[in-house]
Amino acid sequence: MVGSGLPAPARRHWGGGRLQWPLLTLLLLLGVNALLNPGLLHLQWRDGHLYGSLIDILNRAAPLILVSLGMTMVIATRGIDISVGAVVAIAAAIAGVMIGGTLVIHDGVASHVSRFPMPLAMAAAVGTALLCGLWNGLLVARVGMQPIIATLILMVAGRGVAQLITGGQIITIYYEPYFAIGNGFLLGLPVALYIAGAVWLLLQFAVSRTALGLFVQAIGINPVAARVAGVREELITVCVYAFCGFTAGVAGLIVSSNVKSADGNNAGLLMELDAILAVTLGGTLLSGGRFSLAGSVIGALIIQTLTSTIYAIGVPPEVNLVVKALVVFVVMLLQSADFRALVRSALRRPAELTGQP
Amino acid sequence: MNLDDLAAPRAPRAAVRMPATLRPATRRLLPLATTILLFLGLCLFGSLAYRGFFAPQVFLNLLIDNAFLCIAAVGATFVILSGGIDLSVGAVIALTTMVSAALVEQHGWSMPGVVMLVLVGGTLFGTAMGLLIQVFRLQAFIVTLAGMFLARGLCYLISIDSISISEPGYTRLAQLRIPVGIGDAALSVGAVLALAVVVAGCWLAQRTPFGRAVHALGGDAQAALLMGLPVARTRVLVYALSGFCSALGGVVFTLYMLSGYGLHAQGMELDAIAAVVIGGTLLSGGVGHVIGTLFGVLILGIIQTLISFDGSLSSWWTRIVIGALLFLFCLLQRLSERSTRS
Repeated sequence: MVGSGLPAPARRHWGGGRLQWPLLTLLLLLGVNALLNPGLLHLQWRDGHLYGSLIDILNRAAPLILVSLGMTMVIATRGIDISVGAVVAIAAAIAGVMIGGTLVIHDGVASHVSRFPMPLAMAAAVGTALLCGLWNGLLVARVGMQPIIATLILMVAGRGVAQLITGGQIITIYYEPYFAIGNGFLLGLPVALYIAGAVWLLLQFAVSRTALGLFVQAIGINPVAARVAGVREELITVCVYAFCGFTAGVAGLIVSSNVKSADGNNAGLLMELDAILAVTLGGTLLSGGRFSLAGSVIGALIIQTLTSTIYAIGVPPEVNLVVKALVVFVVMLLQSADFRALVRSALRRPAELTGQP
Repeated sequence: MNLDDLAAPRAPRAAVRMPATLRPATRRLLPLATTILLFLGLCLFGSLAYRGFFAPQVFLNLLIDNAFLCIAAVGATFVILSGGIDLSVGAVIALTTMVSAALVEQHGWSMPGVVMLVLVGGTLFGTAMGLLIQVFRLQAFIVTLAGMFLARGLCYLISIDSISISEPGYTRLAQLRIPVGIGDAALSVGAVLALAVVVAGCWLAQRTPFGRAVHALGGDAQAALLMGLPVARTRVLVYALSGFCSALGGVVFTLYMLSGYGLHAQGMELDAIAAVVIGGTLLSGGVGHVIGTLFGVLILGIIQTLISFDGSLSSWWTRIVIGALLFLFCLLQRLSERSTRS
């Protein structure tokens, strides 16, 4: 709650410089990456689309960007949603089961046909994810559970539900057109990037051009005061969680399309943690109120670049967890007013000892 | 007019919570009674529905197969009683198995030394997280989340593969069965340790100044501070205790699996929290019983046993049923909190 007490102009001034740290981190990481792997910044035009490590990072980051956007809104209302990984798995499972792909030989040409029409399958997957989010939202806003516990329920049960849908199998998807979502290219750029970009722009528009952003911020800073001031806190909270479910559903489509399969156990595993990390890195306060969508997008890119860097250095990818943990600790401490005060006084003390003001 | 009064009907979260001590004793015991009744009901159902279910060893197996969860959940009970949360439980268990396996198998350590080291290590890990939470006023949830990342990552730094243990000290202890006097029924060392931890936990929570401070801290941290209770020390100690319990759970888990692996105890933190909640401890802190946690663990265990006895239900039903139970108990908690207030 650092910025919450400041008057509006001061906070806006704060907001202007808010993105510089995440951006700097991202550039630094890319720089290190480029030194280790000179081919990183090399982009080329091949098979009618852009090709290169940077494009790869963007493509792989798309699901995380989406989930982080939803998570940003939830965290901005002082909430948390730890069920997104399970929701990703549920959406992927529904899409996988409904599309699947049966082999049909037509005029001597073997081709795979979707079990249900693809749009219907996608709508069902995203719709179910939206319902999951709605369920979380109702538990938080209507029943009044703590967000972490309310979403814990779906996190525990969700993986079971996903496995129930897939029958405990890893479902392989054979239907070609579906691969376009996670692997396809449009005008030289990955399709997944357009999806993530569109959701970001729409959300950015809703937050900055309507009163929604202000309401969400008000709820995050002080829910009681927001309600007394006439903000429809309950409705907005439910919507925010439903939106988070929606983004997880779309991410589930991209993930399942990218790996051409649906795995109830491993799809979106630990994604909630990555998303929370991305949101924190982007400068959104975990205590609610101050949030930045662009920051979360940059945060998601930082995490994906970090993963790529670790692959590039050649250390086992599992070490990623240690690096992420250290990053979270550093970011947390930097966000803590008490820690900053401690550092400030520690820096000042030597100066006082030498007699300088 | 008080702002909180105005908001109370629609904002249970923001309303002033009554200290636990003011509530009638019956209301405090109601969740615990529900849990025990549910457990007995499940036992009765299993005994009537499945042949061979009503046998002493089936019930003792509940303890043997869930001893590590029980120990870790007792630690988690104290954290939740104090109004916090610890998400690093499963990862600390995994790290304990990994460190134990690596030291015993690859560096030739003896068992007592390894056990001492991991217990001290787990306690220090918890203390460090508690200090971060207390001194820098960071959210417990995010600190322990980072702790979880760190502990899992450290597992992989030791080895990516599973290390199996063949050291005679460990294998002998793992196979040791302690007869309980009913036929051939016997308990493992881990199960006996788990029962001892539950008894110690009950004593610590109900009979010591530390236990009272934990309850007060969870009921209302501000009031506890004003009452002159050692809030800072208690909060750090709670996480240290949870770290110790996780490490002890890890020792038992090492005995149970006879291997160290970075993927061990995946999601165990959630099982521990679920056991605590089903055991009747209020998630908002301040109210709960360690003995309830034992029954919470037993309920999770018996659901698994029922599903395996049934045979036609797949294993993922366990997670769905646990999720549903968690939902039911959280809902009951909210309803009882609301009725108390009005």
